[in-house]
Amino acid sequence: MSEPLRLQGISASAGYAEGPLFSLDRATAHYTVKATAADERAALETAIGVATQRLGGLIDTANSEAAGILEFQIAMLEDDALSGPAFAAIASGQAADAAWRQALDTEIAGYETSDQDYFRARAADLRDIRDQVLRALTEDDERAAPAGAIFYGEDIAPTRFLETDWSTGGGIALKAGSAASHVAMLARSRGVPMVVGLGAAGPSASPANPVGIALLDAEHGGIVLSPSPAEIEAFRRSSSSFAARRDKAKTYLAKPAVTKAGTRVQVQVNIADPSDVDGIDVATCDGVGLMRTEFLFGRTLPDEETQYRAYRKVLEWAGEKPVTIRTVDAGGDKPVPGFTVAEANPFLGLRGIRLSLARPEILRVQIRALLRAGIHGNLKVMFPMIAVADEFARAAALFTEEQAGLAARGIAQKMPPLGIMVEVPSVAIAPEAFADVAFFSIGSNDLTQYVMAAARDNVSVAHLNSVRHPAVLRLIASVVAFGREQEIPVSLCGDAGGDPASIPGLLEAGLRDLSVAPAQLAMAKAAIADVPV
Amino acid sequence: MSASAEATVLITHAVGLHARPSVKFTKLAKTFAADVEVALAANGPWFDAKSIVKVMAAKAPKGTLLHIRAKGDGAGEAVGALVELVRRDFDEGADHVRTA
Repeated sequence: MSEPLRLQGISASAGYAEGPLFSLDRATAHYTVKATAADERAALETAIGVATQRLGGLIDTANSEAAGILEFQIAMLEDDALSGPAFAAIASGQAADAAWRQALDTEIAGYETSDQDYFRARAADLRDIRDQVLRALTEDDERAAPAGAIFYGEDIAPTRFLETDWSTGGGIALKAGSAASHVAMLARSRGVPMVVGLGAAGPSASPANPVGIALLDAEHGGIVLSPSPAEIEAFRRSSSSFAARRDKAKTYLAKPAVTKAGTRVQVQVNIADPSDVDGIDVATCDGVGLMRTEFLFGRTLPDEETQYRAYRKVLEWAGEKPVTIRTVDAGGDKPVPGFTVAEANPFLGLRGIRLSLARPEILRVQIRALLRAGIHGNLKVMFPMIAVADEFARAAALFTEEQAGLAARGIAQKMPPLGIMVEVPSVAIAPEAFADVAFFSIGSNDLTQYVMAAARDNVSVAHLNSVRHPAVLRLIASVVAFGREQEIPVSLCGDAGGDPASIPGLLEAGLRDLSVAPAQLAMAKAAIADVPV
Repeated sequence: MSASAEATVLITHAVGLHARPSVKFTKLAKTFAADVEVALAANGPWFDAKSIVKVMAAKAPKGTLLHIRAKGDGAGEAVGALVELVRRDFDEGADHVRTA
């Protein structure tokens, strides 16, 4: 029996699943090279035909959303422009499988490098098309997944999703993946739990390396492999409570959040990618309480224009409602190539505002983009990982300088209110040093882990990492009290804000403004309605 | 004598000329004998409007002013019908915004 292992990712479709792990990362089957180029050509033509037919067969049982995806895949397969390069390669002597793979990989690369998130997500469809044909070429008999399995691997093909019978449970846990993928969209509409971005660190499950049962918590975006009996028991409690809450919560989504005593609570959303807002009805939330900007810094350092467009999109979506954008919070568990530095203890090192102030040329680009985007909505900007007042003063000074620079060049801009994240204990303990900030946003994830000295992703100390510990709640209450006294708004944007079990304690500590993952909006509002404050 | 036609239309669909919209667009284009092409700028590059691979490769997001041109039999009808399809938001209901 191996040790329990907890991996943390991002929820793409909320829910719970308990079941055997089924690995998606199989070695591809063997292809037998044919005698002549004409035979290779015929083999590929047949395989494309077989794949097209299989997709057509799936349409009959698919709902309209899934049918749309299948029709798209079929249209791509039937387009000579897709197979043309492969047939050309075959004519010059390549085997059908290699020719097809190369042609499709070239096409896939074009999608993967797109700067539009929606378009990038289509790479998964192209990979699916590629593998459908390869599968037909190699006559690969796929192993059937056991009932209720949790599919685990790099990524999952939409057809694999559609072929699977989800009525017996099961879920999806991806090392990579995207919450904007077709599969994520299908998973949300069918209520199949799904987590993406678990990272490559996990074990590769295989018949030779069984990890046994896995617990997928797609409400909070985590998975536990080889869990202990106690973890299984706790998981089942969370799972049945989730099912009950979800049914009840649906009725709350469209209404403003109000406690049992009639107190209005602002509920905003946390987003990471501008396209996240495409799936949210702006009427169901009170704004964006946290827009992370690290995603923009995923592969390369984004230029000012790319950032400006991303921020503007969200501001225009929100209309009059506030959008709080956090300057890049790289470092810690979020390394950015070419920006962050390797450190022995990254959570106590050069991360957040510390890194941004150490590399001001990168922060300045972001500041210009924010100042320009500010004219398109109700923008607020906050700095992460502030520990001392001097950091805020220096960051704010950069805003003033860049504003003057833009104004001198005649470029439209607007200075947003500047606030700080409260996540380093020094700020929560002595907030009086920050009486001149425009607002406080409590980052409960980091605040909890720093107060309790217990990492969130370490299963052996997970029991210590609780926002409900009196030490953490007392700090939150004192920040709220200081904010009231100084008339500085205080909100909270950590995962605790969307956790129904933590919401009563947060409201009792005085918070009236929470920011939650979009998928948790309804449940958070339902939980708020039960609190008697 | 060979007919030709050209027009521009604004893409208002939430995800642009992608996936489902591009299936409808290319299917409609294929119903005309004329050669039909699309571009994101008046000076090109122009993509074959009957090839979904090429249309997808144009990467036209929401807010793009799409240029459509056709040459040959029924060029005018082809351009007119395609412009109409884009104007009708590809005949998709409001629900596509949520699911896309």
